[in-house]
Amino acid sequence: MIELSDITYGYDGSPLLNGISLDLSPGSFHFLTGPSGAGKTTLLKLCYLDLKPAKGTITVFGAPSEKLGRDAIAKLRRRVGVVHQDCGFLEHLSLRENVAMPLAAAGQDPTQHDAEIDELLAWVGLARRADALPAELSGGEKQRAALARALILSPDVVLADEPTGNVDWEMSLRLLTLLVELNRMGKAILIATHDLNLIRAAKAQVTARVLRLRRGQLDVAGVDL
Amino acid sequence: MNLSQSVLEFLSGDVNAKRIVPPSGFTARLTAFTAAAMAFLAVFALALSLATHRLAERWSGELAQSSTIRISAPLEQREAQTRAVLRILETTPGVATARALPPDEQRALLAPWFGADLPVETLPIPQLVEVVETAQGLDSEGLRLRLSAEAPGAVLDDHTRWRRPLVRAAERLNLLGLGALGLITLTMAAMITLAAGSALAANREVMRVLRLIGARDTFIARAFVRRFTLRALAGSAAGTVIAMACIWALPSVEQAGGFLTGLGFAGAGWLAPLLVPPVAAFVAFWATRFAALRALKDIP
Repeated sequence: MIELSDITYGYDGSPLLNGISLDLSPGSFHFLTGPSGAGKTTLLKLCYLDLKPAKGTITVFGAPSEKLGRDAIAKLRRRVGVVHQDCGFLEHLSLRENVAMPLAAAGQDPTQHDAEIDELLAWVGLARRADALPAELSGGEKQRAALARALILSPDVVLADEPTGNVDWEMSLRLLTLLVELNRMGKAILIATHDLNLIRAAKAQVTARVLRLRRGQLDVAGVDL
Repeated sequence: MNLSQSVLEFLSGDVNAKRIVPPSGFTARLTAFTAAAMAFLAVFALALSLATHRLAERWSGELAQSSTIRISAPLEQREAQTRAVLRILETTPGVATARALPPDEQRALLAPWFGADLPVETLPIPQLVEVVETAQGLDSEGLRLRLSAEAPGAVLDDHTRWRRPLVRAAERLNLLGLGALGLITLTMAAMITLAAGSALAANREVMRVLRLIGARDTFIARAFVRRFTLRALAGSAAGTVIAMACIWALPSVEQAGGFLTGLGFAGAGWLAPLLVPPVAAFVAFWATRFAALRALKDIP
């Protein structure tokens, strides 16, 4: 679904990623690890076309990225649910409105999807917080809300950038369970994290490939954890 | 979908699109105030332009359809030459009426320079004959030839010498008014673009989030465009109403006389300022759309 081939990317002339290749196929589950500043977030941004590579090819749902216009990129992003590290909510809208926003952006009427929104909020344990503003939510609630928003359009791929960065261990496990459930539904999952305990905890639930990003190179750190 | 449906849909708005932009009091007030001020000035410029257009037409029309014959003859020949001139005019095609100005009217014409008691009958002052032409007009050159043959002291003045600079001045004032209107429109577009640019810069993160969740540029731009267009429409409507009230309150030509008091609208001309708010909204629509799409180009 998303394929990176021999990607090179850098900031201010110094390469951060060098010759990276990655294939996110349907039903795959990947962890992306590496030290801070290794380029995990950059690699995720390349996957959802927020950045353009200096070299190499990105193919999203069969379409080479260099041939995509802005409208086409917008449409493809509706098939990629992204949980951002900073969550990225519209602060003046309630949690419910934030979760529903991708529907509006896709030209759908959110009021026609009330049941789905309620179900999704209940699934991430935020049914009672639906009318709260983002500023009123805790770190863990924000992470779960970001996951709910990423899933509202039922995407084929879920990319999560440190989804457990602001939450306690219990909540981390709960979020992991949610992502595993999605994977069992056939979604491709890529989680960028430096939390090795989370990766170990996933072992009991899913077959995951662990990729390590170091010195601009991507290595397979372990298969079938 | 026809145009009226599109306009109604735009005004009623996509409730989801219009909610995505956070309320912004300062830019809202700035846009509405700018639109109101520019609409106020636009209505005055329009009034100036229409008034000068009317003036040019009136001067052109009135002076074009009248001529004056000046008879400079010795006192004892003046009456005979006047009768001769009037006879010629009776048989001249294109002459509607002709009359010799009586001494009272000639005295009134000279009063501003020589006072009201001037004995015009005893002074060697030319006799004036007023000629009103038909719509077809008369052949000035032919009439001049006949006058020189039958009344040598008579000189035809068809007002061309006076009319041209007057009409030219009025036409230039008219152009000036139209130029001012264009300048006001451009200034309003620039001010709204700046206000929209400020709002867009303040909401860059909102636009970025929307792009990342799959919103197209037009969806994001529409929210800003709708808000600024409606603000410009409301502000310009207020400015237009105030300007029309001010112009309505100006003294009329009959009351005060003179050119400046003729500044205003006449008849159907009062409908012209009603075009200002839709034009302001149109300008705001495109100015904001341009600014929004340009700002979005920087966001992947």
